[in-house]
Amino acid sequence: MFNFLINPNQFNKFVDIIFKPLVIIALITLSAGLMLVYLSPLDYQQGLTVKIMYIHVPSAWLALITYAIMTIYSIVGLAFKISFSFIINKAIAPIGAVFTILCLLSGSMWGKPMWGTWWVWDARLTSVAILLIIYLLIIFLNQTFENREVREKTIAIFILIGSVNLPIIKFSVDWWNTLHQPASVSKLSSPSIDISMLQPLLTMTLAFSMIGLIIAILRIKAEILLRKKYL
Amino acid sequence: MSLRFQRLILILITLVILGVAIILILFNTKQNIVFFYTPTELIENNFAIDKKVRIGGYVKKSSFIKKSLNTYEFKITDNVNELLVFYNGILPDLFREGQGTVIEGFLNNKKNIVASKVYAKHDENYMPESIKKELEKNNQWKKKL
Repeated sequence: MFNFLINPNQFNKFVDIIFKPLVIIALITLSAGLMLVYLSPLDYQQGLTVKIMYIHVPSAWLALITYAIMTIYSIVGLAFKISFSFIINKAIAPIGAVFTILCLLSGSMWGKPMWGTWWVWDARLTSVAILLIIYLLIIFLNQTFENREVREKTIAIFILIGSVNLPIIKFSVDWWNTLHQPASVSKLSSPSIDISMLQPLLTMTLAFSMIGLIIAILRIKAEILLRKKYL
Repeated sequence: MSLRFQRLILILITLVILGVAIILILFNTKQNIVFFYTPTELIENNFAIDKKVRIGGYVKKSSFIKKSLNTYEFKITDNVNELLVFYNGILPDLFREGQGTVIEGFLNNKKNIVASKVYAKHDENYMPESIKKELEKNNQWKKKL
């Protein structure tokens, strides 16, 4: 049933069915999300500036989720010798990098009016900057090594080493004193964000995921075609 | 056990060992990773007077004095100890009494500091203005904080 996740032919067949509905869902959620953000109330402390959150938080989550997917595919690819994993790793690394850049830029623009600084070297900001460097190194590694198998294995091992950074990013705000505030949504007690602001946030997250998924599908399909041509 | 599961277990064990190693490193260098110290930590530890430090806490209620156009004096507190801050510069929008803040500067002694930068720190609570008014009306506001 889930063969499309590890088999290129099944993947092609499956995404051909779901691609059009996905585009429609993406358009609907994006327009609904933007509408909800426009209608969302102002924060009691931050006023209008809080609306940067609706870009910042979804891109941060997706940057982490993309890396988590790459980590799982690296484990599967190395342990079970499934070469489709490496196609996915190559295809989605730039997507994660773009989401990380979006997260850093929007965070910087949020930090200037609220904290009074564009950038500080606190644990959360630094670990996300390291995530961006890791993404860039993965992209550059794709240009190295003539031998495809050596290259793919090297990248997969590098992704696994870099995955140590994920829990550090997530828990940096709990483990150390940081300027960045602690988690509002993903914590054990009920979210400390009002429902009228949580709804647009989750809708925007869904919209961002759909856009990321569509770009990922297109890139993976292109990569499969490229491999077929040279194999 | 087949070869592929041996490889899987090898990868997972390697990841766990790597994770433990990183955690050990991070927790032993905690002093260098924290962004700021609280006033209590400042008193407990010894800091060089001529070294730059960052201290975080809440701006103490009714301690804020505007000396001149850009010169301010206020106390920051962690509800146990407090520290007097002298600052000459622009304050961020979010800066107000009772608000979290991080200041960067040089210590005069353990009781006062000359700040070169002031950052505002905000918490993880987000809510519309109307709801805050509602909470204040029902005296729920302080409980939520």
